[in-house]
Amino acid sequence: MPSSRTSRRAPWALKVVAFGVILFLHLPVVVVLLYALTTDDTTFRFPLPGVTLEWFRVAWGRSDVWEALSLSLRVALISTCVAVVLGSLAAAAVYRSRFFGRDAISFLLVLPIALPGIVSGIALRAALGFMDVPFSFWTIVIGHATFCMVIVYNNVLARFRRMGSSQMEASMDLGANSFQTFRHIVLPYMATALLAGGVLAFALSFDEIVVTTFTAGQQQTLPIWMFSQLTRPRQRPVTNVVAVFVIAITTIPILLASRLTRDTRET
Amino acid sequence: MADIAKTRSQDERSRTLGNRISTFLYRRPTLVLLLLLGLPLLWLLSVYLGSLSTLIIQSFFWLDSFTGQVIQTLTLANYIELTHPANIDIFVRTILMAAAVTVACVVLAYPLAYYMARHASDRMKGALYVLVLLPLWSSYLVRVYAWRLILAKEGITSWIFGSLNLDWLMDGLLKIPVIGGPSLSVSFLGMWLVFVYVWLPYMILPIEASLERVPGSLLEASADLGGRPSTTFRRVTFPLALPGVVAGSIFTFSLTLGDFVVPYSLGNSSFFIGQAVLSLQGTAWNIPLAAAFTVIPMIVMAVYLMGAKRMGAFDAL
Amino acid sequence: MTTHPSAPSLPSVEAGLGGAVGATPAIRFRFVSRHFGEVHAVDGVDLDILDREFFTMLGPSGSGKTTCLRLIAGFEIPDQGSIELFGMDVSSLPPYERDVNTVFQDYALFPHMTVAENVGYGLMIRKVPKSDRKPRVDEMLELVRLPGLGERKPSELSGGQRQRVALARALVLQPRVLLLDEPLGALDLKLRQEMQIELKGLQQQVGITFVYVTHDQEEALAMSDRIAIFNHGKVEQVGTPATLYENPATPFVAGFVGVSNILQGEWARRITGDEIPVTVRPEKITMVSASETTVGPDRCAVEGRVRDVVYLGMYTRYLVELDATTDLTVVQQNLNTRSMDVLAARGQQVMLTWDRSHNRPLTG
Repeated sequence: MPSSRTSRRAPWALKVVAFGVILFLHLPVVVVLLYALTTDDTTFRFPLPGVTLEWFRVAWGRSDVWEALSLSLRVALISTCVAVVLGSLAAAAVYRSRFFGRDAISFLLVLPIALPGIVSGIALRAALGFMDVPFSFWTIVIGHATFCMVIVYNNVLARFRRMGSSQMEASMDLGANSFQTFRHIVLPYMATALLAGGVLAFALSFDEIVVTTFTAGQQQTLPIWMFSQLTRPRQRPVTNVVAVFVIAITTIPILLASRLTRDTRET
Repeated sequence: MADIAKTRSQDERSRTLGNRISTFLYRRPTLVLLLLLGLPLLWLLSVYLGSLSTLIIQSFFWLDSFTGQVIQTLTLANYIELTHPANIDIFVRTILMAAAVTVACVVLAYPLAYYMARHASDRMKGALYVLVLLPLWSSYLVRVYAWRLILAKEGITSWIFGSLNLDWLMDGLLKIPVIGGPSLSVSFLGMWLVFVYVWLPYMILPIEASLERVPGSLLEASADLGGRPSTTFRRVTFPLALPGVVAGSIFTFSLTLGDFVVPYSLGNSSFFIGQAVLSLQGTAWNIPLAAAFTVIPMIVMAVYLMGAKRMGAFDAL
Repeated sequence: MTTHPSAPSLPSVEAGLGGAVGATPAIRFRFVSRHFGEVHAVDGVDLDILDREFFTMLGPSGSGKTTCLRLIAGFEIPDQGSIELFGMDVSSLPPYERDVNTVFQDYALFPHMTVAENVGYGLMIRKVPKSDRKPRVDEMLELVRLPGLGERKPSELSGGQRQRVALARALVLQPRVLLLDEPLGALDLKLRQEMQIELKGLQQQVGITFVYVTHDQEEALAMSDRIAIFNHGKVEQVGTPATLYENPATPFVAGFVGVSNILQGEWARRITGDEIPVTVRPEKITMVSASETTVGPDRCAVEGRVRDVVYLGMYTRYLVELDATTDLTVVQQNLNTRSMDVLAARGQQVMLTWDRSHNRPLTG
């Protein structure tokens, strides 16, 4: 494989800019943490007038926060399960066979992510209105599951491609039928891809706001709650506390997923 | 080698249920395809394509503002409404912002992507990947919110500018017509900044991927034939990595086109497409008009995607 | 042994293989075809592979040899015709129901299992208890000369070692036929030559049919009892290495197995008296300086100019131009000559002679 690495050391200017961009990407989040500790609850004054952990306690007591969190978690869980099943099936189908319309299917499977969220959102809203379906937990799930499916599909398909067909053929050659081959050869190989896809889908669903706004009606997932707080500040630092918490909850799956997919890259 | 008897004869093996079902399916690959693809396809067709078609059809209906009822006859009334100058403003505003954001993203993303693709060690590259992916997947809303904090009039940016005695610069920026405003957190300038910030990873990754695909041997050949680094970059590296830039721009453009969160958080009353759609379907319950509004970015993206495909951007995804 | 109308009649020495004449062949292709859309990967192939023989399917890429192998294994199902395994029609049986095992080109070892688990996989599927599996796995690893490597993972092994694991994994199930799909392709020359000898020895030791696919004619000649030459989905000729080399049936076979010196048209008439193209092997030709004109009645002679000389250590290859369109390749051992003498021959006028009995008309 041709090496893509240049032999010279990077010019320092390039390094500075590169790492500068990394910093740019991450510093703002630190700011949120900072503001979660401020004593000022009406403005965003800097430097912080004082530091306190009071808001963590207040946030803990806010029932609307807990409800939103609970809804987000439940939606994410169900959507992820649906997405993992449907996404894996689709990936297996696209990988296995060369069939008429295969490119069209691949394209279709990318659309939910490729089109702006607002298109998906208003489309679902239009359809729900058209069919007179009331908003509910399930309307949110339907929207989430659709694009989470794409995430899982991509992960699983990429892993299938790395596997190649000869392992499965070898297994069948040695006497295993399709089910046994699936159990002993395919599943172990795919396991981490499924997990990674599922974990990413969870993070995506947990964080989703655009499509959810259109399909949730009066319900509030955590992102919707946060969005409402942006324009009606009441106990501003509570929002910051929740923000910190959300960052933590979504960072962990990402680290996990990258760990899972990294290990097999070295095999 | 001793001739050890087999544990099960060929016939016994054929008769197990697992084998029988497996063989049945083995001989019928189309059936397997249907079984695998059936469910996901059904879902996508009914939920996704179904709702998209409903959207397009609805864009041809009309909301009677007196009765509040949607009249289900086909009409171009909504699209005519879109040509109203206020609406044209919305489109132009959004598209210009999307373009500005895209350009800024390319400029910022390229150095990092270049470093990752061509200079970073394997370990460093892995770490950088995670560092770029993290903001991508962690809460988008929180990141927008963070900038609200940072850009607030009494917040960090003002404090930094103040400490460096650059207040005059800040005021000057804010006084620029159109893109300025009362404060950075309520201005197009601020919005542009935040947009660039949230979509940056979407630009970094495709550019990195396509830079990686440029074989080092080509660059060495260019140097070998007498090219200076800047020439090599301009004539070899950049053109070859262009698909990645185009791929990334698809994301930044499309995401900006449809967003309402950033405009709401950092904008004023001049709407962007996303806000228009949201308010139309929310308070006004005017789904037909909202649908018509949405069709425009769809068309824009379709054209963009076709152009991008011709440039080979899809291989870089 | 069946005789197929288009194949040349084969010497009776081949009856010695497969036991008594008329014994059921290990594999029988009956007019098998397999298309992929417009492409006829396998086009009416009809051949027999005998029990206990080392049979090679030889041909260039895309000639259909690998597809035929996959048809035997069960990864492809014929569109027309049938495949019999020891008399039983297996055409529509899936791979796990055929008593045939394969060594894949990329070895296809399971990365998440150890070597021992890989080799024992087939036994595990057959529900052989662990206590019986282990001795058989160990025995196999001994046979392929990899004792004690059972606990390693495939990623820790070299290419040659992985290939042996693939062999062991296939052989442990005691198949009646072993299929090998260009197994030595990824190895370097020395290792390849060693493995060729080992594989041949293994086949004779184990005593089963080996069906081997390769594009390397030297490899095929070295190892096989019989070879089938494939071209564009069809079998051009089946025979022992000697038959194919000395009696090629078609121009393609003459060119693919060894170097073909094909004399046609005017030259053919000068040599044999009629216009059927004729081939003669390069090592049968003697090259002398043009001044020597006496040539006996049982020898042919032509004149030409040495266009190119390639010194290959053991022997030298000369390309002699007879006229604008006809070249002959001559190969001579460097018995008494040194490299500089040999290279000086370039550009010289020479006479090429050979015994008439070495002329082979190409009838195919």
